[in-house]
Amino acid sequence: MSDHQIEDGEETLELQQLPLDSWHRARGGRMVPFAGYEMPVQYEGIMAEHLWTRDHAGLFDVSHMGQLLFSGPQVDAQLETLLPGDIKGLGEGRMRYSLLLAENGGIHDDLMVTRLPGGNGFETEAGDLYMVVNGACKWDDIGVFRELLPDEVGISHLDEQALLALQGPEAVNALERIVPGVASLVVMTAAAFEWNGNPLWVSRSGYTGEDGFEISLPGEAAEAFAEALCAQPEVKPIGLGARDSLRLEAGLPLYGHDLDLETTPVAADLGFALSKRRREEGGFPGHARIIAEREGAAIVKRVGLIVEGRQPVREGAAVVDADGTEVGKVTSGGFAPSVQKPIAMAYVPVALAAPGTRITLAQRGKVHHAEVVPMPFVPHRYVRKGN
Amino acid sequence: MSRYFTEDHEWIQVDGEVATVGITDYAQSQLGDIVFVETPEAGKTVSKGDDAAVVESVKAASDVYAPVAGTVIEGNAALADNPALVNEDPEGEGWFFKLTLADAGEVSSLMDEAAYKDFVSKL
Repeated sequence: MSDHQIEDGEETLELQQLPLDSWHRARGGRMVPFAGYEMPVQYEGIMAEHLWTRDHAGLFDVSHMGQLLFSGPQVDAQLETLLPGDIKGLGEGRMRYSLLLAENGGIHDDLMVTRLPGGNGFETEAGDLYMVVNGACKWDDIGVFRELLPDEVGISHLDEQALLALQGPEAVNALERIVPGVASLVVMTAAAFEWNGNPLWVSRSGYTGEDGFEISLPGEAAEAFAEALCAQPEVKPIGLGARDSLRLEAGLPLYGHDLDLETTPVAADLGFALSKRRREEGGFPGHARIIAEREGAAIVKRVGLIVEGRQPVREGAAVVDADGTEVGKVTSGGFAPSVQKPIAMAYVPVALAAPGTRITLAQRGKVHHAEVVPMPFVPHRYVRKGN
Repeated sequence: MSRYFTEDHEWIQVDGEVATVGITDYAQSQLGDIVFVETPEAGKTVSKGDDAAVVESVKAASDVYAPVAGTVIEGNAALADNPALVNEDPEGEGWFFKLTLADAGEVSSLMDEAAYKDFVSKL
């Protein structure tokens, strides 16, 4: 028996350990190299962990992600020179999905940016911006920001902070019990809280399509906090394997797979990240190309696929035309535990992008049939009204 | 009846000229949740080391090799509807395929159970 695919994140030199390393091992986490760190890919099994998160609450350690603070005069306007979103219009405690764009409109990274109120626990001023970027991209991102933003913009990398995500329909019950008040947040808002004397920055957001929270806290407090969360009956620790299958079902792209420097916001079907004011005003990298693509010049589009049969079609499989010529590529794929079918994301020619279109895929010499379907594959269950 | 093992974590149970092949408990535990198995067609001839079956977990696809040469008699049809049998009972109900041996002596080059246990303990 031999694997066609190695675990995500190739072997790198000198893997680092995150604050919860020994906690994961003690809980039976199977550690694998990921984004330069050793991280748990699973505990009891990806399928069980995935389904537990959809029904209850899963605790994910995402401390590998980059947490950055931006400060200084007109920091929002400065960031708008690199991101296509409306950052100036972001109110305190509100967050937005955005993209760090390259000069040609390609994507350096996708990210979340939040406007901080005063008293945010990060010891930074009201109006400053907190950003979470992908772990595998964070060093490059910091380099891009530092090179392209003026010196007046302060950039701090919060590398002593841990980041935990608590996701699932029962996440709010579990977290509210130990951090009273979090239930008043709605999706894409955030606020400062405290737990056992430790500052928490809590947002109602996540990467599973479920209701849930992301919690930034000092690394030295992470173990006790994770332990307190897992003592709640709704909560189990969940590995990166289920994180991937959950985000795939939620139709959320993964940087380095579904997004990269060759993809653009329009081709990636992330048009919602281009705010109206920014589209009209421009002033971000790749504006002319992105607007042209939005007005019909896009050649390919990221779509969701349901694959016939039971065999997963994975990243790297080809989308082929009637002659077997490659016309597109699968960028993520796998067996979807909640859908109980193989699903995938692929870039296909725009002529094949409409829901209902039948697509032919080729993987390891075998042909598979699939149908383009709207994403998400599993409905999002975000909470838009607080209690 | 004797059972032999490969370094690629297949087991082969020999009963006269007929042998049953599957993957070991260690292999299924490493793969995790199995969601798809493709077994070979009856009549297919395989040489030692040929790709004979495919097993896919949530995470990855893997090939299962023929531990010895032979002709496939049948694949385990139960795995088409219930691939999780491989997780539940890898060295029993979760078998992959049966074959007639081309050379009954070929299994002697494989590990016995004690040698395989020793092999796995060093991984």
